[in-house]
Amino acid sequence: MTGITQLRAKAAPLNRANVDTDQIIPKQFLTAVTRAGYGKHLFHDWRYLDLEEKVPNPEFELNRPEHQGSEILLARENFGCGSSREHAPWSLTDYGFKVVIATSFADIFYGNCMNNQLLPIALNNEQMDALFAAVEADPEVQIEVDLPAQQVRVANQSFDFDIKEHHKYKLVKGLDAIGETLELAKSIDTYEQAIPAWR
Amino acid sequence: MGKTLYDKIWDMHLVAQAGTDNLIYIDRHLIHEVTSPQAFAGLEEKGRKLRCPQRTFATMDHSISTRSLALDACGPANQLQLRTLMDNCEKFGVELFPVGHQKQGIIHVIGPELGLILPGMTVVCGDSHTATHGAFGALAFGIGTSEVEHVFATQTLKQGKAKTMKVEVNGTLPIGVTAKDIILAIIGKIGHAGATGYVLEYAGSAIEALSMEERMTICNMSIEAGAKAGLIAPDQVTFDYLKDKERAPKGADWDEAMACWQTLKSDADAPFDTVVTLTAEEIKPQVTWGTNPGQVVAVDEPIPAPASFIDAVERTSAEKALNYMGLEAGQKLSDVAISHVFIGSCTNSRIEDLRAAAKIARTGKVAQGVNAIVVPGSYAVKQQAEAEQLDKVFLDAGFEWRLPGCSMCLGMNDDLLQAGDRCASTSNRNFEGRQGRGARTHLVSPAMAAAAALAGRFVDVRELDK
Repeated sequence: MTGITQLRAKAAPLNRANVDTDQIIPKQFLTAVTRAGYGKHLFHDWRYLDLEEKVPNPEFELNRPEHQGSEILLARENFGCGSSREHAPWSLTDYGFKVVIATSFADIFYGNCMNNQLLPIALNNEQMDALFAAVEADPEVQIEVDLPAQQVRVANQSFDFDIKEHHKYKLVKGLDAIGETLELAKSIDTYEQAIPAWR
Repeated sequence: MGKTLYDKIWDMHLVAQAGTDNLIYIDRHLIHEVTSPQAFAGLEEKGRKLRCPQRTFATMDHSISTRSLALDACGPANQLQLRTLMDNCEKFGVELFPVGHQKQGIIHVIGPELGLILPGMTVVCGDSHTATHGAFGALAFGIGTSEVEHVFATQTLKQGKAKTMKVEVNGTLPIGVTAKDIILAIIGKIGHAGATGYVLEYAGSAIEALSMEERMTICNMSIEAGAKAGLIAPDQVTFDYLKDKERAPKGADWDEAMACWQTLKSDADAPFDTVVTLTAEEIKPQVTWGTNPGQVVAVDEPIPAPASFIDAVERTSAEKALNYMGLEAGQKLSDVAISHVFIGSCTNSRIEDLRAAAKIARTGKVAQGVNAIVVPGSYAVKQQAEAEQLDKVFLDAGFEWRLPGCSMCLGMNDDLLQAGDRCASTSNRNFEGRQGRGARTHLVSPAMAAAAALAGRFVDVRELDK
């Protein structure tokens, strides 16, 4: 998997707080046993008026013609709250999103993003206001995400964001986390030999 | 400076430094049909082994019928998922408790029941309600499928340390107020994302007075406040529960374990990043009114007006929630009629929950127009309930008595609500569409759910005890 470094793309605005994983990908799509093909079901309940996904809901932000092809998703606090289903980042990336910028993220979702080359960026409320305003003023506006510099730029504004060094490393390099840990197999062997019988 | 319980468990499991992260050993890996297939497939693609099948335990709970033991009862997709779990467990040597097995049940119900979860352990599962097991003083948290694969291959996880929050509940709970009400009150107080980035430790006299099952209800919903995990220090209640459980240590191993378990408590001078305090006497029966578990009030309080929220985002959320829920600000939940009742889920499907619900079910009949189901959390819970004739109590009162599983908590089977249905539910999430598209969920305790079933609307269970 290739790493993320820089991205210049338009953004789709989902101006809501507490967007939970049941909304991102509802339960009826969790019976699949593969990782692929969840994008068409992303935000199913909001996105479609029918269960068969034939009638798009014209009211839903992401369905507006001007937001088609967006690679960045904007949202508010506690994005990805709820279940641990990794189907949530799978459906976002399959739909075409590479970056989610929100006020805050739920922990498990945030970790799941890192394993799927989906970059979650937390900005404060005022900065999110500015991004939403920029997209509202011009839906085609290009938002620049610069992971090495840890910056989001739009028009003449620039916002710094925090990300842990190991998360950044993982996103940029696109590493095989398991392969990396297996290099520590000796340490795991040593640890296991000392585990008491009751555990 | 002293150590918290979290610090102590963390230190016990530190394998190595992995970059800026720590590599943590995992003692128990619980799996189910929904979040494991892609992880097994990943192992196979890379030709990797499952490192510790003996530390891995599987059951079927999410995608199964609660009316039939047939694997195809909920359609071909569910059947394929269940078959895939069976095949994978066989191929990789994992012990599986499939549908129809005497030890089958909701993963977070059977783990403790079998004595698989012990104080001081690390426990993970591809399921956010893994937090349940913190009730034993085990560090337990939900993980994604990539991490499930990581644990399969390495029996470890790379983790950064979380902040710590002590949640102290002191005093004596009033009659009619339960563990479910405590945790809903805590989430109401700190908010749906109030514990994001934290591991919680529940403490105080009201927590110490709880049974193991009640403690599991509390820890189960830690994730609903955004927490990484919830912990309760093990004590005599914990040890009594574990003694003689099938898979709990025996003989000399038990003695050695006890020597360790006795040390598993936060030191008196251990620093917490945050401390929150609640008074048990002030907690009332809770009912959620919105679409996240933090949108909750006491049953005798009016639904708050969106305008009362200072934060603009919270205000908009409240407006959206009221619109979805078909409710108005100022309304009392005791005036709201319901159409469905669900008693079950990893939050509230254990024997004590069913006893509490049955105690109320005994006093009347399910109201006309209300559809009420009781879904025991495991085969063992079902058997115990039937031995106590609780099934008869429920059936006589007009409830349905089902087979164990996750059921209507998330409706991955056919236990689904229709748009506009309003459900008093003992589960853990009242998200939009959680129990069915357009359906409205109110989270309550088992007693409150049973009382709502009989009255056809929410009632204050404290009134029934008078």
